[in-house]
Amino acid sequence: MSTSVASLLEGKRVVICAGSGGVGKTTTSAAIAAGMAARGKKVAVLTIDPAKRLADSLGLPELGNTERQVAPELFEEAGVDAGGGELWAMMLDAKATFDEVVREHAPDPETRDRILENRIYQQLSAALAGSQEYMAMEKLYEIWSDDRYDLLVLDTPPSRNALDFLDAPKRLMQFIEGRALQVFLRPTGFATKIIGGGTSMAFSVLRKITGVDLLEDLAEFFQAFQGMVGGFRERATKVNELLAADETSFLVVCGPQGEPISEAVYFHQKLEAAEMPFGGVIVNKVHYDVAAAQDENDTDVEEGLTEALGPDLAAKVASNHSDFQALAKRDRRNVVRLAAEMQTSCVIQVPYLDEDVHDLAGLMEINRYLFASGAEERVALAAER
Amino acid sequence: MKDLLDKRLVFVTGKGGVGKSTIALALGMAAADAGKRAIVCEVASQEGLSRVFHRNKVGFHEVKLDNNLWGISIDPDEAMREYVLLQLKVKAMRDLLFRSRIFNYLAAATPGLRELVTIGKIWELAQPNRKVRGSTRYDIVVVDAPATGHGVGFLQTPRTFANVARVGPIASQAEALDAFITDSKRTGVAIVALPEEMPVNETAMLEGEITGKVGASVDRIFMNALYPERFSSDEADTLESAADNLDGPERAAALDALREHRRANCQGEQLERLEEMTNAPVTTLPFLFEPELGAEAVRTLASGIAA
Repeated sequence: MSTSVASLLEGKRVVICAGSGGVGKTTTSAAIAAGMAARGKKVAVLTIDPAKRLADSLGLPELGNTERQVAPELFEEAGVDAGGGELWAMMLDAKATFDEVVREHAPDPETRDRILENRIYQQLSAALAGSQEYMAMEKLYEIWSDDRYDLLVLDTPPSRNALDFLDAPKRLMQFIEGRALQVFLRPTGFATKIIGGGTSMAFSVLRKITGVDLLEDLAEFFQAFQGMVGGFRERATKVNELLAADETSFLVVCGPQGEPISEAVYFHQKLEAAEMPFGGVIVNKVHYDVAAAQDENDTDVEEGLTEALGPDLAAKVASNHSDFQALAKRDRRNVVRLAAEMQTSCVIQVPYLDEDVHDLAGLMEINRYLFASGAEERVALAAER
Repeated sequence: MKDLLDKRLVFVTGKGGVGKSTIALALGMAAADAGKRAIVCEVASQEGLSRVFHRNKVGFHEVKLDNNLWGISIDPDEAMREYVLLQLKVKAMRDLLFRSRIFNYLAAATPGLRELVTIGKIWELAQPNRKVRGSTRYDIVVVDAPATGHGVGFLQTPRTFANVARVGPIASQAEALDAFITDSKRTGVAIVALPEEMPVNETAMLEGEITGKVGASVDRIFMNALYPERFSSDEADTLESAADNLDGPERAAALDALREHRRANCQGEQLERLEEMTNAPVTTLPFLFEPELGAEAVRTLASGIAA
């Protein structure tokens, strides 16, 4: 399994890091962006994470809906010569992006205001199926179109289901084009009935369980989207084309435990089915079993340690070692399964480091593994850490 | 732990991957062991309960998992159906509605409605006098809630709907749900954290949002998966100097011990930070050196929680 992020990203202009929550996606995205910036590229990393983790890790006090440059001095302080490379970061504000999209695609100012002022839109658009994920794609596309960066790294939303964002453009289109909307939009449709105080049976039953105000707002909300269908469809098609383009690469990020590995395998299947360009998989927080990797037999370490450490400490060290070896065995088994089921050799394992990553220097430490030439170098690094 | 387990409803939340589902189940087990009838709710069809108990899918049924312990996986579509059944007593009206295309489209497309009916079902489970026919009365409902970010929005859904709907049945029901969530006598929130820098930061932020924005009570923070302090600083010094003269597996073992020592130290610092940055009492739970967590491992955590 010899591979490096640098070789995976050759000729790529968009990297999408995908995976379930809590596997280190944000840190990995930031590390990749920093690593490519350190190699002289102009890189922007986009995250939708509301928890500001990326800002934390880049020493930025806050991130807004536009890109901010990470101070070049930070690279110098971390002992990196970026050689003209730049690192930019932004935290996506889904609601602000949705507003921008509405402003851009609304056919006239009246429709625009009707949507922006609708209370369902204001308070609940974040809960619209796929809207967060779609807005991440939308922003990615917008920045990509500006053509100001050599590389864009997208940290996908921390949804329970890592696949949501793949379906997001489609789901949002289905919503906008959907029959619910159509029913509302017919001249004699439901919206007219609601607003005009219609009296059909279905309506009165529905009103009984929802209340009339809510129905009115909903009708208006759906109706207001009418004029946006065309522009929206066109845009969603382009976003999809960018995702599937040769210059795009999906990296699946996961942890070494059974469940994250299974999710990564499933996610890879979905990527393949959607004909999206899969680059490789990054397994974070791996317990390396260095001795086993070096093909040394697991002899009785306790005996061998007694002379140097005394019997008590030797026993403790041996028992601790066997605990970690059990975790390392599990991790190795899981990674082998991962590679086999994905039928890929592009598996990059980052060890469970002793200290947390909270600054650029920490990201560069991770990069020693991400950008190492191959598995052998990574094992050697892990053995001496 | 009395405070948390004395509530009728407990939401367990936290950053993704911190072990929310495991802690939710452990809380359910601890309550069951204390003689309470407890039900653990999954809300994103993750079916973790069925995995832990090696059984078929739990699904939208209240399934008995153990003595005093039940589980359910709340599917929003099923919850919506059940809600309508409870609202409309006349079968003809229900049929009319279920057949109506409008209803089905609205049910699918209205933003936030799935979250609302999910919370509605949770509330229903927590009622002392449940209206669902043949239902069990529970003393405590433990919810494996969505992760940070989504979690706050999830808990705010009822208030948002109450604001949007203003009047009518949905508005009054949403108000009732919100009143239940923000009633600290009946409802509590537990946040799960890991002893790492960013999860600790997020936990502090989440606590602020839940007490501030949502107005619910954060009763407990679980610092999960703490390494044991196996080696003293003196021992670490001994190991450090000995490691240079060792090789092969002995050296690997010594380095493993030093790494464990460094990790445990870092984690200790994070625990201190967490205690400084948050207001709720912090309970620590040990890292379990088990390749995969099964029911027995969760039981170990449950006894730690109850102690």
